[in-house]
Amino acid sequence: MSFARTFRHGVHPHAHKEATEALPVERMPFVERLVLPLSQHAGAPARPVVAVGERVERGQLIAEAAAFVSAPLHAPVAGRVAAIAPRPHPSGRLVPAIELETDPLSSQRLPAGPPLDAGALDNESFVAELQNAGLVGMGGAGFPTHVKYRLPEGRRVERLLVNGCECEPFLTSDHRLMVERAGDVVRGAEIAAAQLGVAETVFGVELNKADAIAALERAVDGRAAMRVVPLAVKYPQGAEKMLIRAVYGVEVPSGRLPLDVGMLVNNVATMTAVADWFDRRRPLVERVVTVSGPGVRRPANLLVPVGTPVRAVLDHCGGLAPETREVVMGGPMMGSPLASLDVPVVKGTSGLLAFTAEEARLPTEYACIKCGRCVEACPQFLNPSRLGRLSRAGRFEEMMGYHAMDCVECGSCSFACPSGIPIVQLIRVAKGALRERAVAEAAR
Amino acid sequence: MSEPHPPRLLVQPAPFLRPTVSTPGIMGDVLIALAPTVVAAVWFFGISALLLIAVSAAAAVATEWGLGGERGRAAVRDLSALTTGVLLGLVLPPSLPLWMAALGSAVAIALGKLAWGGLGHNLFNPALVGRAFLQAAFPVAITTWVAPGGPLALYRGTLAWPFLSAPPDAVSAATPLGQMKFLGAATPAGALFWGDVGGSVGETSAAAILLGAAWLLARRACDWRLPVATLGSAALFAEICHRVSPEKYPGALFTLLSGGLLFGAVFMASDPVTSPLAPRGAWLFGAGVGSLVVLIRFWGGLPEGVMYAILLMNAVSPLIDRALQPRVFGARPAPSAAPGAGTGP
Repeated sequence: MSFARTFRHGVHPHAHKEATEALPVERMPFVERLVLPLSQHAGAPARPVVAVGERVERGQLIAEAAAFVSAPLHAPVAGRVAAIAPRPHPSGRLVPAIELETDPLSSQRLPAGPPLDAGALDNESFVAELQNAGLVGMGGAGFPTHVKYRLPEGRRVERLLVNGCECEPFLTSDHRLMVERAGDVVRGAEIAAAQLGVAETVFGVELNKADAIAALERAVDGRAAMRVVPLAVKYPQGAEKMLIRAVYGVEVPSGRLPLDVGMLVNNVATMTAVADWFDRRRPLVERVVTVSGPGVRRPANLLVPVGTPVRAVLDHCGGLAPETREVVMGGPMMGSPLASLDVPVVKGTSGLLAFTAEEARLPTEYACIKCGRCVEACPQFLNPSRLGRLSRAGRFEEMMGYHAMDCVECGSCSFACPSGIPIVQLIRVAKGALRERAVAEAAR
Repeated sequence: MSEPHPPRLLVQPAPFLRPTVSTPGIMGDVLIALAPTVVAAVWFFGISALLLIAVSAAAAVATEWGLGGERGRAAVRDLSALTTGVLLGLVLPPSLPLWMAALGSAVAIALGKLAWGGLGHNLFNPALVGRAFLQAAFPVAITTWVAPGGPLALYRGTLAWPFLSAPPDAVSAATPLGQMKFLGAATPAGALFWGDVGGSVGETSAAAILLGAAWLLARRACDWRLPVATLGSAALFAEICHRVSPEKYPGALFTLLSGGLLFGAVFMASDPVTSPLAPRGAWLFGAGVGSLVVLIRFWGGLPEGVMYAILLMNAVSPLIDRALQPRVFGARPAPSAAPGAGTGP
């Protein structure tokens, strides 16, 4: 039991980080063909600005943001546009994408430009610059970063929280980034903090990453109004609202955003991307991906060009063990299952995990004995047991009264349930149905 | 282009990590926690106690297997029927005829559990439903108490034939609660703690029950608030009465150690199925059980009231659950974190 700062409730899954936490990030070689889905983010798909057959340089804009809530794409390799057509997306759907053919003769140097003075920009141009960099949340949800930075009239951000919790088991990509690029994490935070005019910047890191905490502390190096806050190791410590609760003891009101309590939360990977854009004019074209799990022969932390096929990444790690039955993109608590390996790594891909039949086996389901473990696990203080039962009975409307919409789908309830009931999935299904009904209502 | 990969990938929703505890595991922990009490029961009430527990357990499992249909046969594996049977066996008087124990156990499973839709759906604690049935059907046998006879004791009532009047036991003795209520005589705390007194086979040894409680709590097999609230409220209520009128009412220590309070609080009020789910509800439920026990003991017609206290609170448990839902994260207005922030409604 630790007395470090944390939120209430939550679960303690085994961390499974030993395989990769000490492995330095290595560069994934460029493969022949890359697929860049025009939707790698929440919001409107990007609009292509290149034509089939056109030559592109590494880092060149190839698709522009189609709306305010949208993000542009840049070429992760120098080469030729081979196709603009629907391609398999990690979600399992066919999604319009730009396919690039890598130029085997190119040096694949990513050109750097003169630094841009972020301090000279007003809020509107800073937001536009973040969007130009192609930044989206790198934890998985893929929400365009710049949207968070547009402050409504009269609103101020007093505190910037940099999220280095990485509470998902197996994943170590943020961990390695903090150890190896602590200076850029702090630099990115400094740029963002100066623009927002915050009173304080906090780096929240779980205690199991002592080297990352030490590296960040060295990088912060006595900067005023910046501090590293070690946090208890608990899932989902890295959920925005849980991080705020842990560091400041403040609960973001139900249905509201961190901005409503004067705060903004960004992932450490987003911070390095901010530093890359403002200091070196380099857009987001590659990211660190943890490849791990019992089905992976050679676990690794790889710097992967966005658009690289999952199959190629796994092959680079020695391929999959023959007993592999399940491949997950993201963490084991909130990631998504892949139906095919012929989908690309996208901007939100934090990890690729392979599981064998043993881990993939569904738990035996028993009747709910109302043991309350899900209630004590739920970081949103919901009653998952009741929500699950109502969902099974199809009583979706009633679930609104039990705050189903406050569920963050972290999966702690399913993980805690001794009766093996897929609680979070039952709630997800109901939320989907309720949202559809609301849309249908609105249309009428 | 690549080596063979799995012919077909499973697509299951997150989370991909599996629970580390299972429902049969929890039931198994309850059974382990009951082991010291079973040993104490046999130590004090001999072969009769062993047979009572064994017959009750066997009848419970057989009833689930026989009447539960296909689901029941599978449900035997969740260990809940076995747990119910052992629990019932432990709350029966030592000289109770075995056939009554078997009948009570069958009723516990059939009416206490299966009739409601099986595990997780019953309103009342099944073992106590079985005991309440025996109390109503055989009021004399269930209130016939004998003194502890040692590990080899075999009371004459034990092997009585069904529906023939059992020969009365030579050595009958009042329980400490009976002596207190009807004779005003207190039993020494030492005897109450170790269990060398009259009573139901599993309720007399506080030492054994506390050992089991430690296991239950260490393994998080029950909500700790339930036994704590039950025992705390009973002790507090009794102590207040004792301070007001010392010669009329026993104090906290006697209240806790005598009768079935400790056993009921640790193993029956703590049943997750029939108690509230949320923490605040657990406190209220436990406080209700503890207070009712003292009310019945001090002012009711019976010397003991644990069974009725728990059954009564079982009945209102769903109401408590409905009234005391957990407070949703962020439901209360957040304290203004920073000047200029939180200008929302």
